[in-house]
Amino acid sequence: MASQQQDTGSTGAYLIRGASILGGPAEDLLIRDGVIAARGQDLDTGDATVIEAAGLVALPGMVDIHTHLREPGREDAETVETGTRAAALGGYTAVHAMANSTPVADTAGVVEQVLTLGRTAGWVDVRPVGAVTVGLAGEQLAELGAMADSRARVRVFSDDGICVSDPVLMRRALEYVKAFDGVVAQHAQEPRLTAGAQMNEGVVSAVLGLTGWPAVAEESIIARDVLLAQHVGSRLHVCHVSTAGSVEIVRWAKSRGINVTAEVTPHHLWLTDELVRSYDPVYKVNPPLRTDEDVQALRAALADGTIDVVGTDHAPHPSEHKECEWAQAAMGMTGLETALSVVQHTMIETGLMTWADFARVTSTTPAAIGRLEDQGRPLETGEPANVILVDPAARWTVDPSKMATMGRNSPFAGRELPGKVVATFFKGHPTVLNGELNTPYRWLPDSAEVPNTAVRP
Amino acid sequence: MKHLLSTEDLSYANAIRILDTAEEMAAVGEREVKKLPALRGRTVVNLFFEDSTRTRISFEAAAKRLSADVINFAAKGSSVSKGESLKDTAQTLAAMGADAVVIRHWASGAPHRLAATDWIDAAVINAGDGTHEHPTQALLDAFTMRRHWSTLAGSPSAGADLKGMRVAIAGDVLHSRVARSNVWLLRTLGAEVTLVAPPTLLPIGVEEWPCTVSYDLDETLARGVDAMMMLRVQGERMNASFFPTTREYSRRWGFDDNRLRALDSLGLKDTIIMHPGPMNRGLEISSAAADSPRSTVLAQVRNGVSIRMAALYLLLSGDTREPATSTAAYSKESH
Repeated sequence: MASQQQDTGSTGAYLIRGASILGGPAEDLLIRDGVIAARGQDLDTGDATVIEAAGLVALPGMVDIHTHLREPGREDAETVETGTRAAALGGYTAVHAMANSTPVADTAGVVEQVLTLGRTAGWVDVRPVGAVTVGLAGEQLAELGAMADSRARVRVFSDDGICVSDPVLMRRALEYVKAFDGVVAQHAQEPRLTAGAQMNEGVVSAVLGLTGWPAVAEESIIARDVLLAQHVGSRLHVCHVSTAGSVEIVRWAKSRGINVTAEVTPHHLWLTDELVRSYDPVYKVNPPLRTDEDVQALRAALADGTIDVVGTDHAPHPSEHKECEWAQAAMGMTGLETALSVVQHTMIETGLMTWADFARVTSTTPAAIGRLEDQGRPLETGEPANVILVDPAARWTVDPSKMATMGRNSPFAGRELPGKVVATFFKGHPTVLNGELNTPYRWLPDSAEVPNTAVRP
Repeated sequence: MKHLLSTEDLSYANAIRILDTAEEMAAVGEREVKKLPALRGRTVVNLFFEDSTRTRISFEAAAKRLSADVINFAAKGSSVSKGESLKDTAQTLAAMGADAVVIRHWASGAPHRLAATDWIDAAVINAGDGTHEHPTQALLDAFTMRRHWSTLAGSPSAGADLKGMRVAIAGDVLHSRVARSNVWLLRTLGAEVTLVAPPTLLPIGVEEWPCTVSYDLDETLARGVDAMMMLRVQGERMNASFFPTTREYSRRWGFDDNRLRALDSLGLKDTIIMHPGPMNRGLEISSAAADSPRSTVLAQVRNGVSIRMAALYLLLSGDTREPATSTAAYSKESH
């Protein structure tokens, strides 16, 4: 149905009837020509395809500030195609693809390649993250300006997976990105304090005999970086905050007016290091699962705005990297297809947040951090139609073998989760309908469409 | 009991059953023909990813005394060193019909992975995993202590536990699987444990363990100790700033000649000195202490074979039922 309109340059018209807008009263949304053409009660159907949405919540398409798509280089773990299919199914209309590919996304050429792969796939807007340093080696700044000026218009820079631990280099990166309104997204991990680290350092690591990853290794870097950001007047984003102490430091920094944003992953909002007692590497992740005290502090911080966004840190790995000894296993968990459900479970069903808050932390704010002008917008007339429909009453059991991502490393396998994405509209085109993949959006040739344009011609 | 992976989850009843069975096995070791037909036709694989000649030959002797067929699979010089995964190795052993796998691995939790996955169905015995556990070492230590404790009490070992025995364990607790396994097993058996170490060599979280922690070996001795266990300390630890020099370590935390004499002056005439081996003479233990009549170092080695026979026998003989919890009722309360 949708595909027949692809050639005309139109994505068709859809009337979403009776959806609860951001969890508020039910209204209709008319989607036509890539925008929300109308919002209100009892809208005229006209030639639009009607989607009955009673009981569903309409939200702005989710924006992931932290995704690993693995391509180029590790196509055995994930490709841009499979990762963005997972993203669309998970309710995302944009993802930031982290720079730790092979080759590293540290040049204009690589970020443009990733941009093109994302456009070709067409499931979501793939926004490449540029590496801060050449080869993620932490020695020399990558050509940040060239990546910013490239077709990919990179605004988020990160050596994620590795900390920019050199304080001088970090200072320079923070200063330099001011030239093009960039942000440095820091993976806060003091390397010397975490040499050989396998799990959170505490009561459980003591018993299991696994080398500890102490909270102080994260907190000391965050403390340093917020002071550096203040000193040079730049913008800092802290990836995957995982400890109660980090929350306190970010809260303090914000109270001082420091321009810092912080992110939490869905798994850190729920899971604790008690799971490591199984020695099952599906629970091995970096930063590691912490204690329940940390989990509660992270939830409170996300609810009160100290932590700004949810980022998945979706990190697919081939099964052989998890079917082994704990110490040999790769760190990371998949997350794109479970994020909405986990946040609903941990934040909404606990009464800590509303769906409007959900939209803020999964869409509006991450889009603002990444400077994605056509994402994270209000669901209002004239706005770009990046919209998802969610059935909050649905319950489903996580089965990694049925996921669109190639990664089978979901820590939520076997758990029953609430909430299901019923439809995803990306630029007005339904990439997901009835909870299943529909068809990708077809971008116009490069010259006709640059990122950040709100509406296609 | 399907596997022997840790002492943390070893019940009192099973611990006593292993110790009592080991007493019976020890009697075999004193006969002229040191062999039982119990495991004839069964295959025990010693799967060693880390060098440990003493542990491997102890298990090998134990299996052979029970008439099992023994295959030694050392990671070095085998396909393992060429990058074969633990999964493939385990499946290979399963295909060859291994009934028990005795695994020594540098990675904490590797035996748990073998036991928890469907890679292999054999009984798994942890022969030391990373810095996690070494349950048969703790059992042979407890066996050695129990014999001593029962002799002092003038009662038989069989059925007894270690209630009231004061055990000090000194050394590199942070990196020691022996210390961890001992803490859990000694708690289960009713002993009072004190860990003695420099603060740098104690894990964060040790305060939750069922024991006392001290930084002062002399003070610990002065409070009275029935068994003094010294742990091996790697001299290279000083390069990572765990302690300044081996000499300073030795002065503060080593069992030297002065401390050996102190046992006498403190009136601790029955205190035994234990070491799991191999010893660094002159670092954590002096030669005089290691060779003194108090030393149980060689008895521990001897008892290791009995304990490993008991473990193999109980896991492979088919009797995998939990013993009745009332076993505890006939533990000796006399001391």
